[in-house]
Amino acid sequence: MKEITREENLVYRRTPLMTDATLSYCPGCGHGTIHRLIMEVVEEMGIQSETIGVAPVGCAVLAYDFMDVDFSQAAHGRAPAVATGIKRLWPDKFVFTYQGDGDLAAIGTAETIHACNRGENITIFFVNNGIYGMTGGQMAPTTLEGMKSSTSPYGRNNETMGPPYKITELIAQLSGTYYVTRQAVHKPGPVRKAKKAIRKALEIQKEKKGISFIEFVSNCNSGWKMTPNDSNIWMEEHMFPFYPMGDIKVDGKLVKG
Amino acid sequence: MKELALMKGNEAIAEAAIRIGVDAYFGYPITPQSEVLEYLTLQRPEERTGMVILQAESEVAAINMVYGAAGTGKRAMTSSSSPGISLMQEGISYIAGAELPCLIVNVVRGGPGLGTIQPSQADYFQSTKGGGHGDYRLIVLAPASVQEMADYVELGFDLAFKYRNPVLILTDGLIGQMMEKVELPPQKARIEEFDQSWVITGKTPDRERNIITSLNLDPDLQYEHNLKLQEKYRSMNEDVMFERIGCDDAEFLLVAYGSSARICQKVVDIARGRGKKLGLLRPQTLFPFPTDEIARLSRQVKGIMSVELSAGQMVEDVKLAVNGKVPVYHYGMLGGKIHSPEDVLSAVEDKFIGGL
Ligand SMILES: Cc1ncc(C[n+]2csc(CCOP(=O)(O)OP(=O)(O)O)c2C)c(N)n1
Ligand code: SF4
Ligand SMILES: [Mg+2]
Repeated sequence: MKEITREENLVYRRTPLMTDATLSYCPGCGHGTIHRLIMEVVEEMGIQSETIGVAPVGCAVLAYDFMDVDFSQAAHGRAPAVATGIKRLWPDKFVFTYQGDGDLAAIGTAETIHACNRGENITIFFVNNGIYGMTGGQMAPTTLEGMKSSTSPYGRNNETMGPPYKITELIAQLSGTYYVTRQAVHKPGPVRKAKKAIRKALEIQKEKKGISFIEFVSNCNSGWKMTPNDSNIWMEEHMFPFYPMGDIKVDGKLVKG
Repeated sequence: MKELALMKGNEAIAEAAIRIGVDAYFGYPITPQSEVLEYLTLQRPEERTGMVILQAESEVAAINMVYGAAGTGKRAMTSSSSPGISLMQEGISYIAGAELPCLIVNVVRGGPGLGTIQPSQADYFQSTKGGGHGDYRLIVLAPASVQEMADYVELGFDLAFKYRNPVLILTDGLIGQMMEKVELPPQKARIEEFDQSWVITGKTPDRERNIITSLNLDPDLQYEHNLKLQEKYRSMNEDVMFERIGCDDAEFLLVAYGSSARICQKVVDIARGRGKKLGLLRPQTLFPFPTDEIARLSRQVKGIMSVELSAGQMVEDVKLAVNGKVPVYHYGMLGGKIHSPEDVLSAVEDKFIGGL
């Protein structure tokens, strides 16, 4: 392969910052793509030796097996506090958290809101798949109304279970957040946009402007009990209307919509 | 030159932390230990040494900030009081599992629940038996004076880094709030050069990435990790510390730590004044526990009394050490009330003899 590949013809290669370990994610799941995009940006910016990740409790608990950067694993929901501790002591390093919706928007709500409000100069990557993937598909704070999960087997009832909420819009209100956006990675177009957002977020961290927060609306084909393709179609039809794509806050200012 | 000051125990901890060059403190207010955070913010340690001070949104966040900071290989600490320490237990378990060095201070108040803000020693079990989930131990230091509050900050960090293990200073509202003369350590700079082989700094081409984690999904690996931890906890025995007061010729022995030991020292003085051979063993480390020393003393004395501000917690460890050789009693006050030397003395006279 090496010999027959001419540099000028190379259109894509796997970033060496993804390790050789086999991904533990279900085939078709968005987590792997998001990992790759983050590592591609870290490679392109040449900041591997200055980057520290914080892994959540959730399907991405083993993120450190796949991304070749220094990592700290955090207790469920506590990643923003752990990242605060790291960043305060290494203010010149790049520190990011990678968290699911249960991790970030349920058990870790307080840590999320306060790290964002303090404007900790970190980046939060928030993977919203509307469900607790790791523990077998229970209802998350982001599960849509009427959506079935193993703990809302007849569909989420907003009246008794509370409605899903948009924590991303909520944290965008805080003065500490500088860049807040919602992205997806289920198609080439969104993948390119998502990568640009990741780059922007880490550039903001480099300039020490405050917290940058990217929500990725993603699929959980296993938890949703769908084929990968069906899950992506379902996501477009159901998740995107409730969690609309695009920038929510740019340069510290709310985007009018 | 010696630098003497008159300070509260809580303030002595804070001042010592700045002076020995601690890198970071994360905390949340709670009586009776809020002076630690108040003193630190007043002193502008960010200017004195570059120390990071942050008031967290909760004790849960504070201990996880300590976890993150400890992973950088720097010296991070927190302090709280009983209800706050309960909230920290998850984080402490993770810190123990990930083998991170750090210092935690518990200025104990009476419980259970919100309890009282008065001093207590009822968190002994939580402190010495693990506290959170899983098989782990903290090194537990038990200061009995404002001087020891100051001294144990540096000792605590030395032990934390020696064993890569969290260290807990177990004190209470009495020692935290009382003012005494204290000799302060000289001001040192924060340590800039330290072992970074295991810490998270950013992966360089010359090494594999460093990972701070307590997770081992493979039970064989988790088993090995647990065995290694247990071996480490056993090896801590070489750092056991205790003070013997009137033990050489003692016929009866008190065992007490921290504020209760201060009271018992007076009890020994009074008893000795009456010609009674009473001794006091004061553990300065509660884990490791002075098991061997108590076993030795149990071959010399006729009876032992554990005197605690609790319903009887340390007494269980004393009994394990004595192993039935002599009678072991407990005497203690509960819920924030403090025994007087006379209270203890009459209990001693009642139990041991009629003859004291
Ligand atoms: C304190 C605590 N409570 C509960 C759990 C169990 N748990 C593990 S992962 C998880 C949910 C993860 O869901 P999410 O954050 O959405 O991540 P996903 O797996 O969907 O990517 C839960 C509840 C835990 N590990 N720790
Ligand atoms: S359970 Fe869901 S989120 Fe987890 S790896 Fe599988 S598809 Fe992805
Ligand atoms: Mg999820």
